[in-house]
Amino acid sequence: MNMRVEDHPILGVLDNESDGVRVVVDGEALQARPGEVIAATLMAHGRSVFRYTNRRGEPRNLFCGIGRCTDCVMTVDGIPNVRTCVTVVRDGMVVETQRGNGAWGRCDDGR
Amino acid sequence: MTAVDIAVVGAGPAGLSAAIEGARSGASVLLLDENDKPGGQLFKQIHKFFGSREHRAGTRGIDIGTQLLSEARELSIDIWLNAEVCGVYDNNELAVVVNHSTSKTVRAGAIVLATGATENAVSFPGWTLPGVMSAGAAQTMVNIHRVLPGHRVLMIGSGNVGVIVSYQLLQAGADVAAIVEAAPSLGGYGVHTAKVRRAGVPFYTSHTVLKAEGADRVESAVIVELDKDWNHVPETEKTLAVDTICIAAGLTPLVELGRSAGCHVVFEPTLGGWIPAHDSYMETSVPAVFVAGDIAGVEEASTAMEEGRLAGIGAAAVLGYYGADERNALSQVVWNRLDALRSGPYGRKRREAKEVLLRAGENAT
Ligand SMILES: Cc1cc2nc3c(=O)[nH]c(=O)nc-3n(C[C@H](O)[C@H](O)[C@H](O)COP(=O)(O)OP(=O)(O)OC[C@H]3O[C@@H](n4cnc5c(N)ncnc54)[C@H](O)[C@@H]3O)c2cc1C
Ligand code: FES
Repeated sequence: MNMRVEDHPILGVLDNESDGVRVVVDGEALQARPGEVIAATLMAHGRSVFRYTNRRGEPRNLFCGIGRCTDCVMTVDGIPNVRTCVTVVRDGMVVETQRGNGAWGRCDDGR
Repeated sequence: MTAVDIAVVGAGPAGLSAAIEGARSGASVLLLDENDKPGGQLFKQIHKFFGSREHRAGTRGIDIGTQLLSEARELSIDIWLNAEVCGVYDNNELAVVVNHSTSKTVRAGAIVLATGATENAVSFPGWTLPGVMSAGAAQTMVNIHRVLPGHRVLMIGSGNVGVIVSYQLLQAGADVAAIVEAAPSLGGYGVHTAKVRRAGVPFYTSHTVLKAEGADRVESAVIVELDKDWNHVPETEKTLAVDTICIAAGLTPLVELGRSAGCHVVFEPTLGGWIPAHDSYMETSVPAVFVAGDIAGVEEASTAMEEGRLAGIGAAAVLGYYGADERNALSQVVWNRLDALRSGPYGRKRREAKEVLLRAGENAT
């Protein structure tokens, strides 16, 4: 699913993504736009669940969008509880759906 | 330890204006913001502002932001980004965490707090489902990141943020199923409301959201009518097929740093809640600590910029860069514009509330 706003009456046409970066989300490589936050990349690709809560396993994603509520946290490069709404993407970043409080250090790919 | 004349916390329209005014006096200025880009809410605002020409009516928020930034650069204002201010201590010291990792101390002759406001939440069954978000989060997604949060949206709240974000979602290609408003009348400025109405979006006054339903994200919302005592009216439930629910239920000033500095705060619901009392130069009950913008009462970008100017002038004067006469003359010009902005039915209410704060401020200093 592509949720990008390609053409906009005021902001114009989105420039092409030739210099885009890729992030790996649960093993799948997703095209991201440089400078955007992780949550934007996920939403652009129609991914709606960022994490599942600790006790009841309920799905969560973006809520406040400004880094205050921690609803949007995921495990990023092996670090759990990273706020994806204020963390900018980087080429090769590894992002994982978080379960509960998450676990440290899934960077077992030799990085 | 970094030492400066004036430290400004928050690089939104208020903070940028305070920094620019402060630097014009000849003072050294450090502007801090926790985000990786300056501008606060301005860069989300792609619509044209209105008011008079001095208030840059007809100019879009994004263009005002770009202009303020280039002025700040010309004046060689030092800007720290990714710099979160965690506390204000004695001797006007700021505790700052830079890049989530390094802690630094800044000592300033005067401090301007321009931290803005945070959005209020509304809770209802299903409100934690993916797809329920603040209107500001949706606005950031469409206008800054160019991503649609969903295809079909229910907006809760008909104030300016609710109608403006609804219009911007339409512009970006989403469908707005309805705007619900708990009060019996609509809250936003007529021009914004009219644009959304013309686009065919239904408004439901005296209505609220009862629940959101869905498995892994919102699939529908149920709204219900309210009677004059805010009770649900039986058998008025309507189910709307939406995948997104945006909450625009007002803003609350971010006053933590004011409290940490020891500022006397006053409860003023018209302006968003607890607010540091301040005088007409924006100085709080703590000498040399100023406030400007939404932290000093939630209004709009144009008033935030004017208050920022007042705080910048006031801070410069406290440090001796302006004498009292010069300060008064410079401030009066700004006050004339603020008075013009706070006229009309919506403005008058804010002005009256502001006067309460000012009286509390004059008494506290
Ligand atoms: C979603 C939304 C939409 C809005 N739309 C409009 C609109 O269309 N038109 C309009 O006129 N007004 C609008 N407003 C009102 C808006 O709040 C004001 O217009 C204006 O942005 C207030 O300016 P400010 O400088 O006080 O705060 P802000 O623009 O919010 O800037 C405050 C800055 O301070 C930073 N900050 C906060 N705490 C700290 C800290 N501890 N350390 C470091 N930095 C910190 C914040 O991250 C932010 O960058 C909107 C508000 C919101 C939330
Ligand atoms: S959505 Fe609230 S912290 Fe990210």
